[in-house]
Amino acid sequence: MSIRVENLTHIYQEGTAMESYALDDVSFRIEDGSFIGLIGHTGSGKSTLVQHLNGLVKPSSGTVYFNEEDIFAPGYDLRALRGKVGLVFQYPEYQLFEETVLKDVMFGPRNMGASDREAESRARTALGLVGVEEELFEKSPFELSGGQKRRVAIAGVLAMEPEVIILDEPTAGLDPAGRDEILGMINDFHHKKHISVLLVSHSMEDVAEYADKILVMKQGRLMYFDTPKNVFAHRKELEEAGLSAPEMCYLADELRAAGLDVDPVMSTVEEAADEIMRALRERGAIPAAMA
Amino acid sequence: MLRDITIGQYYPTESVIHRLDPRTKLFGTVVFLVSLFVSRQLSAYILATLFLFGVIRLSNVPFKFITKGLKGVIFLLILSVSFNLFLTPGREIFRLGFLKMTWEGLQISAFMALRLIYLVLGSSVMTLTTTPTQLTDGLERGLGILKKFGVPVHEIAMMMSIALRFIPILIEETDKIMKAQMARGADFESGGLVQKAKAMIPLLVPLFISAFRRASDLAMAMEARCYHGGEGRTKMKPLVYAARDRIAYLVLWLYLAAMIGSRFLPL
Repeated sequence: MSIRVENLTHIYQEGTAMESYALDDVSFRIEDGSFIGLIGHTGSGKSTLVQHLNGLVKPSSGTVYFNEEDIFAPGYDLRALRGKVGLVFQYPEYQLFEETVLKDVMFGPRNMGASDREAESRARTALGLVGVEEELFEKSPFELSGGQKRRVAIAGVLAMEPEVIILDEPTAGLDPAGRDEILGMINDFHHKKHISVLLVSHSMEDVAEYADKILVMKQGRLMYFDTPKNVFAHRKELEEAGLSAPEMCYLADELRAAGLDVDPVMSTVEEAADEIMRALRERGAIPAAMA
Repeated sequence: MLRDITIGQYYPTESVIHRLDPRTKLFGTVVFLVSLFVSRQLSAYILATLFLFGVIRLSNVPFKFITKGLKGVIFLLILSVSFNLFLTPGREIFRLGFLKMTWEGLQISAFMALRLIYLVLGSSVMTLTTTPTQLTDGLERGLGILKKFGVPVHEIAMMMSIALRFIPILIEETDKIMKAQMARGADFESGGLVQKAKAMIPLLVPLFISAFRRASDLAMAMEARCYHGGEGRTKMKPLVYAARDRIAYLVLWLYLAAMIGSRFLPL
């Protein structure tokens, strides 16, 4: 599985006085099995970019290659593509419509041509992956809580057994516990089913914890495509792009200014805790035995 | 694609027509539409043409926008013109089998086409120079007398403004839901009528649910701000007639009189 984006440009209202570049010459490549984060300020082009990857939106110029095939070439089967490149929109619970949870999750596989039995089996597997109990399968999706509805919506895309799944801000509107659960669940099926993941997010912390590489967008252009550590080293540029590095990086700055030599790009709380302990031990401030 | 539909088609610019009270414009539109049917004389059509184009010129709206509304009636236009052109008995110009084009047919279809076009253009001027909010305010004041008969004028006007306000929001929502279902392989394009109708369910159910949810939230928000209906409710921008409105009313009455009067003219 590979997605290669080449010189992708998308212009809104081309030719009019109000024309604007939603995407400006974006190029990158996603390898099989990776977990990529996509961050950018509101209006930076994240959602537009992501909708090109499964052919929902056509570019003004440039193209997208899925497994080295040009998806915008005439005759390319975009419906089949959408079964392989799954896309979960923001607040996906608003797309539920079927009479029962199970039937809704079966919608995707059935559209891909699966028989009822095949679709049901895939739906059950998918619902298991997202942690929805069997008792809920025959209930109306509208009887579920917000968090459960969201899991069902994600299952609806997973049931198509895509090779890569794109999630647009899957933690939007959730409390911290909910966010941890959803992200943990995504990471889980990423490893269990070897599904590549593209996570669009506002939160640097989320992306720092799970992503192998981060795509940083600014006003339609690709600013960086690198490992989290390398990206967070560019604090100033990130701030100019309306973003920030994870909180722990700023803590690192302050500690370093105070003389404690911690890793300037420590990103998560756990990492920060380990780093601080290590630096203190090196200094001799605490006995080596304390780990 | 769905974003290109502009409801009401208000064209923001400065003009004396834009500044007129919406009630004046509503009255003007009704007068104009009625005037198109009171007289079949050539002089009437000439007067109507002068009046309409005068108003269009005064409105400062580019002609291109005014004619946009005609797209919707193109089919009807062609249909009625062809019917009247070929099926009216009279003095023959030429014939195509049993289809006979006559001078009478030519005259009738020309005037009918003109009337239809002017109908559309006249109403377009109304919507192009008046915001939907002004329109509903104008209607609410204009239909105020009906309150005496128990008609809930205020509630109807409020429902209209809310509906107009939510049209772009619901259009955007439809776009989102459509894309989300397409991302799951939904096909809204292929198949016969029945298949297409069935394909709409994944689109309509979430849309309806969303609309009801929004309505419920909005009602709560309005109540939280003490909305309790029209009783004793004041307006932030009350409609007040100005001198230009009085002049406009005068012009309109004179125009209507002239149109009716043209019936007694030889042409």
